[in-house]
Amino acid sequence: MNANTPLSDLANALATERDRAFPDLVRSLQDDVYTGVLRMLGNPADAEEVAQEAFVRAYHALGGYPPERVRSLGLRSWVWTIAANQARNRARTRRRKPEAALDTAPNPTAPGPGPEEAAMTSSGLAELAAALTGLPWVMRTAVVLRHVLDMTYDEIAAALNRPIGTVKSDVHRGLERLRSTLNPGETQ
Amino acid sequence: MTDVLSARLAALRAEAPPEVLPGILAEVGIADRYVRRDSPIGPVYVALNRAGVSCVDVAYDEARFERRFARRFGRPAIPAGTLPDRLLSRIDRALAEGRPASLDLDLRGLTSFRRAVLLKAAEIPRSEVRPYGWVAREIGRPGAGRAVGSALAANPVPIIVPCHRVVRSDGGFGEYSLGRPGNKRALLEAEGLDAGEHERFARRGMRFVGSDTTRVFCLPTCRHARRISSAHRVEFRDHIAATAAGYRPCSRCRPAEAA
Repeated sequence: MNANTPLSDLANALATERDRAFPDLVRSLQDDVYTGVLRMLGNPADAEEVAQEAFVRAYHALGGYPPERVRSLGLRSWVWTIAANQARNRARTRRRKPEAALDTAPNPTAPGPGPEEAAMTSSGLAELAAALTGLPWVMRTAVVLRHVLDMTYDEIAAALNRPIGTVKSDVHRGLERLRSTLNPGETQ
Repeated sequence: MTDVLSARLAALRAEAPPEVLPGILAEVGIADRYVRRDSPIGPVYVALNRAGVSCVDVAYDEARFERRFARRFGRPAIPAGTLPDRLLSRIDRALAEGRPASLDLDLRGLTSFRRAVLLKAAEIPRSEVRPYGWVAREIGRPGAGRAVGSALAANPVPIIVPCHRVVRSDGGFGEYSLGRPGNKRALLEAEGLDAGEHERFARRGMRFVGSDTTRVFCLPTCRHARRISSAHRVEFRDHIAATAAGYRPCSRCRPAEAA
């Protein structure tokens, strides 16, 4: 089994052999979760920690479910339910005590901005990423899951435990806000 | 317009840093993370998990280390990518000094006897050695010298728990499980022990060194024994001879029970 194993097979494997299958769950979804949380929180160190916490919680939660429940899990949505909660908690803590950011400041000996970040700056993606973190939380999560991660509205509705119509409207309003932030002169 | 914006949002995808997977698996206890570090006998692989350092081993390459680890511990070890600098420097210090210091160890898979042996070995000061029987006596199992030998041979964290400082009482250095057999002697010499002198002393049939001014006798590598000037140095074959001559055992190296 590897990162390309369909998530439905993985749910079966997790139901019978959690420890054996769990690394594949992480491999399959770690980029998703890391990217999503990174775009919600805007900080790589937070994203790394929250992604780790989310998977650790997922692991322990799986241990408490009966096998038939594990088998029926929509894994991507389910993991995102946990990750989105963790991300929101982190965002709240940050707002309450922004100095906490110092604790998880990137390692000073780590290499500086790599080619990826440099490319992001030149293409205006950094500006877009910053605009995303300025959106209200519900719009931010909906836009990130829909457009950064390309999740379906069904998956997002399940992940965020919100009606599909509401999610669609959150995505729509989020995009409108992004557009007006990025192009302040233009009106619709 | 929406298409352009959504295409640009899709470009915000990123990859999780390589430390994420090992970090998660180590945190839940499915796998250990490992790094390759320098030691006094060359590069070693050091594996760790939530409980602490679980393994120190030498191997030809990562693949071989991973196979040995999985066979021995029944769970995988995966490259850590990076670890926090503070943790790395604690690992490096433990390897350089040959003691756990502030590093936690994962000795959970061991029997309480084996754990006691390792923790006792960890107390032996750098550049000093103690006989197998000394460890057995110190942990309250006199006569269990052979079992002490087996426990040390199975030491999962050599160098950091300095099993190389436990030697035969006849002056031989005994078995060593980490890498080449000569590594035990190499580690001791790197710490400043005069291995040749230690062997010659034992081959003369001697076990203890005393000072005729303090009337205290020690194991020959005890720091106190090494301070005795040659004019005042007395050698003993056993603790009975030392006690008969009116000497009492050193309280630092505890060479033998007072008779």
